[in-house]
Amino acid sequence: MAIRAEYLGMSLQIDDLDHENLEYFRHCAAHDFHLQRCEECSLLRYPPTTACPWCASPRARWVAVEGKGAVHSYTEVHHAIQPQFKPFTPYMVLLVDLDTQKGAPTAHEALRVVGNLATPEGTLAGPETVAKIGIGTRVRMVFSDVTEGLSLPQWTIDESAAQPAKPWRYRD
Amino acid sequence: MPLPADTDATTPRYLRDKYAIVGVGETPYTRGSGLTTRAMGTNAVRSAILDAGLKPSDIDGMLSYQSGDSTFAPFIAGDLGIRLNFYMDVFGGGSSTEALIGIAIGVIAAGMCKTVAIFRSMNGFSQVRIGGTGARSAPPVNGDMLHSRAYGWQSAGQMFAPTFLRHMHDYGTTPEQVAMVKVVHSEHASNNPKALYKKRNTVADVLGSRFICKPLHLLDCCVETDNATAIIVTGADRARDLRHTPALIRGVAGRVNKPRLDMHYQHGPISTVAGHYAKDILWPNAGVGPEDIDVTGAYDAFTFTTMLQLEDYGFCKKGEGGDYVSSGITRLGGKRPNNTSGGHLCEGYTHGMNMVIENVRQLRHDIDDSCPMGPDGKRMHTYDYREGGCRQVKGAEVSANLGWAMPGTGSAMVMRRG
Repeated sequence: MAIRAEYLGMSLQIDDLDHENLEYFRHCAAHDFHLQRCEECSLLRYPPTTACPWCASPRARWVAVEGKGAVHSYTEVHHAIQPQFKPFTPYMVLLVDLDTQKGAPTAHEALRVVGNLATPEGTLAGPETVAKIGIGTRVRMVFSDVTEGLSLPQWTIDESAAQPAKPWRYRD
Repeated sequence: MPLPADTDATTPRYLRDKYAIVGVGETPYTRGSGLTTRAMGTNAVRSAILDAGLKPSDIDGMLSYQSGDSTFAPFIAGDLGIRLNFYMDVFGGGSSTEALIGIAIGVIAAGMCKTVAIFRSMNGFSQVRIGGTGARSAPPVNGDMLHSRAYGWQSAGQMFAPTFLRHMHDYGTTPEQVAMVKVVHSEHASNNPKALYKKRNTVADVLGSRFICKPLHLLDCCVETDNATAIIVTGADRARDLRHTPALIRGVAGRVNKPRLDMHYQHGPISTVAGHYAKDILWPNAGVGPEDIDVTGAYDAFTFTTMLQLEDYGFCKKGEGGDYVSSGITRLGGKRPNNTSGGHLCEGYTHGMNMVIENVRQLRHDIDDSCPMGPDGKRMHTYDYREGGCRQVKGAEVSANLGWAMPGTGSAMVMRRG
């Protein structure tokens, strides 16, 4: 079933034929993060793809993956493009290395999952939270519910994790 | 000229020096052209044909690149009365210039046509803003964009920023070092009557300008511009009979990728860019190395893109790009000036073509600065690089263009004075 919904002023759409994204976001809508695991080489991949980036096999199955990791890099957006992001500036886009499969299949690879820095409820985090985040900060996945069958995975500070004393931040 | 002996005859190196850029043309760089992309494209292609000393009927191939924001080759050719034996309009922005030069060489080598015009025409400020606002942000977010745009992660600056920031983290690169790219290019632009921004900037200007998205300040970003640009590529034999000293093409690398281009951040180090791979095609094919280059055109969509490419193509050691761009090397009068026109940061944003045009003129020793005209119709260059002065690199023999699409994709080209 195709999905159409508005989110922060944007029209998000998943077409009928886009089976990979329909499946990915269906799991997200259940607040249950899943990725494709290759049936041939067993590697997980992100974002959804139509074949395995390492062995080219088209055969994969969706498996639950723990939504925990550390910030690999980020940007802090002060000038929003979409008007409905403007009230949230500065907002953060995080690239997060999942703990799962980090450093595999080669040392510099990771499942680097994109998301905004969000509150535990899944709305974009405010400036006082943004100011705490840097490279190395431990985060956990939360979800922004958009519509039935579509929630966006997001990141929030993992309060239960041991945090680095001073995560690397661009000079404040 | 002091280039290494051409002893390696393996393909594709046999193309070395056999093709040339013989004509260049552009419209004024403005913010409000008042013209269609078709009218601007026609003007630029016509200027390039005349610059080469050719007639429209001498052109039988045409290539262009765009992203749904421009006219197509058949309209430009039709308006100029050109009957084409080959044309192609491809999707793409930065890094397309050098890649299409490679395609032009290929189709000429294949006997499909003889002389190719390549153009890019864009109202990048007044119609489809290159920064990503307006028409560019309007389409529905679907497919792969659900993993980027949905997060307010869509403009070029936003998409590249994690690479830039990670370079600062990995190597200690400072905002002051990177700001020097803008400072140097603004100095060059002050000697370029065509440049949209001719004011010289300081490091304090850059760091004092507002943040767009960290680590990018406003003045770390290029200038959205309306313009059309064009070049003419043909065989070296034909080039020798034309008006200018040809810029011979030594080698091209086109749209070389990092792994995982579906989302290149999956494969690190993310502070490394596509030039890391492209250099292994560029330098062997060209038969030269970074040390042989007199003038560079490292794509400056942002201050950081210039630095990252100079570093990954081997002009300095990995991680020392900040030192390189703040050392004075890249200044006019320095060892290896970069973007002597002022580039995208100051002359105008063209998706790469103006940097190729500039280097063609450098290799002709005929840069269009404010130096006085001599009796032969060529400028008498003073090599006085103070504000408003000369921007010709003395004795420029070999140039390198380093084109950027994004951290994961780049193109490059080496030319030499024919």
